[in-house]
Amino acid sequence: MTQTHSDYRLSQLDQLEAESIHIFREVAAEFEKPVLMFSGGKDSIVMLRLAEKAFYPAKIPFSILQVDTGLDFPEVMETRDRWVARLGVNLVVASIDDAIKNGIIPDAAKISRNRLQIPTLLNAIEEHGFTAAFGGGRRDEEKARAKERVYSHRDEFGQWDPKNQRPELWSLYNGRLHEGEHMRIFPISNWTELDVWDYIGREDIEIPSIYYSHQRRVFERDGMLMSETPLNPLRDGEVVEERTVRFRTCGDITLTGCVESTASTIAEIIDEVAVARKTERGATRGDDRFSEAAMEDRKKEGYF
Amino acid sequence: MAGTNTGYGMDLLRFATAGSVDDGKSTLIGRLLLDSKAIFEDQLEAVEATSEAKGYDYTDLALLTDGLRSEREQGITIDVAYRYFATPNRKFIIADTPGHVQYTRNMVTGASTADLGLVLVDARQGLTEQSRRHAVILSLLRVPHLVLAVNKMDLVGFDQTVYEKIYAEFTQFATKLNVPDLEVIPISALQGDNVVTRSENMPWYSGPTLMHHLEHVHVASDRDLIDARFPVQYVIRPKSDEFHDYRGYAGQVAGGILKPGDEVVVLPSGMTSKIAKIDLFDQEITEAFPPMSVTVHLEDDVDVSRGDMIARVKNAPSPSQDIDAMICWMTTTPLQPRQKLAIKHTTRTGRALVKDIQYRLDVNTLHRDQATNELGVNEIGRVTLRTTVPLLCDPYSKNRTTGSFVLIDEATGVTVGAGMING
Repeated sequence: MTQTHSDYRLSQLDQLEAESIHIFREVAAEFEKPVLMFSGGKDSIVMLRLAEKAFYPAKIPFSILQVDTGLDFPEVMETRDRWVARLGVNLVVASIDDAIKNGIIPDAAKISRNRLQIPTLLNAIEEHGFTAAFGGGRRDEEKARAKERVYSHRDEFGQWDPKNQRPELWSLYNGRLHEGEHMRIFPISNWTELDVWDYIGREDIEIPSIYYSHQRRVFERDGMLMSETPLNPLRDGEVVEERTVRFRTCGDITLTGCVESTASTIAEIIDEVAVARKTERGATRGDDRFSEAAMEDRKKEGYF
Repeated sequence: MAGTNTGYGMDLLRFATAGSVDDGKSTLIGRLLLDSKAIFEDQLEAVEATSEAKGYDYTDLALLTDGLRSEREQGITIDVAYRYFATPNRKFIIADTPGHVQYTRNMVTGASTADLGLVLVDARQGLTEQSRRHAVILSLLRVPHLVLAVNKMDLVGFDQTVYEKIYAEFTQFATKLNVPDLEVIPISALQGDNVVTRSENMPWYSGPTLMHHLEHVHVASDRDLIDARFPVQYVIRPKSDEFHDYRGYAGQVAGGILKPGDEVVVLPSGMTSKIAKIDLFDQEITEAFPPMSVTVHLEDDVDVSRGDMIARVKNAPSPSQDIDAMICWMTTTPLQPRQKLAIKHTTRTGRALVKDIQYRLDVNTLHRDQATNELGVNEIGRVTLRTTVPLLCDPYSKNRTTGSFVLIDEATGVTVGAGMING
C-alpha cells in the first residue's frame, strides 16, 4: 500500500487532479451521452489521462471525438492512435472533407479550416446526440476563457452567451439542458500551461513528438516559423531553411507556428516555459491573432 | 520523473478580490501578475496599444482582466474572472469579482471557493458602504482569511494616522462578523509600496507585505479533518474478466480522514459496514482526506448509489428535509414562499419548496428586515425550505462542501440561488 501524505496536505498538482477527476465523474453520472473532444495536443492528452484515472479500472465510459481538419500533423495522429489503442476507447472522427462532400458545410476554399471546424464539430455533436463535450480549454490561455464556466452552456445553435452564464459555486455543477442544447465541459479550467507540463512529466505519458526539439524545414510568415508542407504553399519572398524547433501547441499545420528550441525533455521544456515571455497562443497561433476578441467571437459561435 | 519538479511540492491558495476600478483593484492585480511574471509580453503589448488608441496617458491594466468585449466597451468588470500566478512556494488562483451591489451574486460566486478574501479600500475615503458589504459577503461565505488592503497610501502622504483610523474602524465592524483571521495592510498598488517589496515610505508599519502574507498564510488547517464525509459520486463496475467483482464507490472526500478498517454508515439507508480498501487510480492508499478524489470499497455488499454519503458510525450527519439556510438570490424574478425549485446538494439532487422567508439581510448594515416576503436579485436572506429527499448535510460553518447547495429553476435550467445551511 502507498502511504499518502502524513501531514494531510496535497500538492497543488494533486489538488488540480482531484478537482478534474471530480468533474469527469460528475459529468459521467449526470449526462446521457458525453464525449471528449480530442485534438491530440497536450491539453487533450492530459484530459484523457485524467479520464483514465477517474474511472479506473473500468474503461472510460464515453467516446472521444476528433475533428479531422485534413491539416493535422501526422505525428499527432500517430500519438492519438496509440492512446486510443491503449485505452480501448471508442474514437469518432468528424472530418471536414466529409462534411464538405456531404454538403453539410460550404466548400469555401477561402475560409480557413479553423473556421470550418466549428460547423463540422456542431454537426457531429448533433448527429451523435452528444449532450456534453469535454474540452481542454484553460482559463490562463486567453481572457475570454478566463470568464468561462467549467460547465459552459450551449444553446440549440451551439452558441455561447458570455453575458448570460450560469453562476457556478463551490463544486456544485449544474448540468440541466433543454432538448437540442449541450454543455461544454472544461475539466482543466484551473490548470496553467506549466501545470500541464508538470503533469505530463510526472505521469510520464506520451505526447506528440513535435513538442520536443527536432530538425524541421521551416519558413517565416507574419513573424512565425511555419512548417514546409504542400498544404501551405510558399508566398513570394518566403524562404525555406532547416532549423532546430519545437511546437508549443498542436493545431492546423498551416496556422500553427513553431519556436526555435533545443528542449528535448520535459524538464527542458518546463525550464523554457517558465521563462517564456509570450503566451503560447500569441506566439504561435495565427488563428488567435485576427483581433482582440478573436477567441470570444469564435467561442460564441461554438468553437472549442 | 526526475528533474521535473517545478510544481510538485507547491501549495495552492485560492483568493477572491473585491472592489471597483476606483479602488485600484485592477492596478493591484496587474501589479501582482506583473511582479510575479504571470503577464506575458504579448499581453502587455496588446494592452499598451489599446490604451494608446483610446487616448489614455497611462497603461490601463484593467484591460488585462476585462475579458469580454462588452466589459471592455463599458469599462467595467461584470463577471468573475479567474487569474493565475505562481511564486516558488505557492500557486495562486484569483477569483476577480466586480464590486458593485448589482453584482453581489458574482462576488458570492467568487468567494464560494476562496481560502482568502482581499478587500480594497481607498485610503482617502476610508471605509465605505461597499467595503463593508464586501467584508459581510466574505464572512457569510465563511472565507477563513480576510485581508483589508488600504490602498492609495501615496495620496495621503503615507500617513500612519489615516491607516490607524481605518484599522480601528474596520476591526470594530469586524466584531459583528465571522472573521477568524484578519490582516490590514497599507499599500500603494500604483507605486508598489508593500505589495511585493516593503515600503520605505511607511517605516511605521511592521506587518507583512501583501505578497508575503499571500505566500505564507496558513490554509492547511482550514479543512475539517475530523468529521469524515464521503458523498458517493459514481459507482465503478468494470464488467471485465480481470476485475469481475470490482465494485468501488468513487467520490471526492468532503471532510475527515477515511482509512481501511473504519466502521462506516451509508446514508440515508443507515446500513453499516467497514472500509475494505481505498484506491487512488491503480494504487491502494492507507488514508484519504479532503480534497482527494478516490474510490472506496466496503467489506459488505450493501446497496450504495450516487447521492448516498459514507460517514463514520458515531459521527454522521442527520438526514433532514427541513432546511434553514442563508440564500443569495441570483435571478431577476424574486424568490417567494411556495415556490418550487430543484436543489443540488453534494451529489444529491431533489426538489425544494420555499416554506418561509424569515428575513432579508441588509448586507451594508447587517439589519434584518423581517417584514419582507421575497428576495430580489442579489439579495441575501434567511429562508426555510422543505425538500423531497433528505439532505445529508452539516452546518455550512462546519463544512463548506456538505453545508452548501444551489437552487435551480426547473423551467429554465438556470442556477438561481446559492444556499448556506444554518445550524
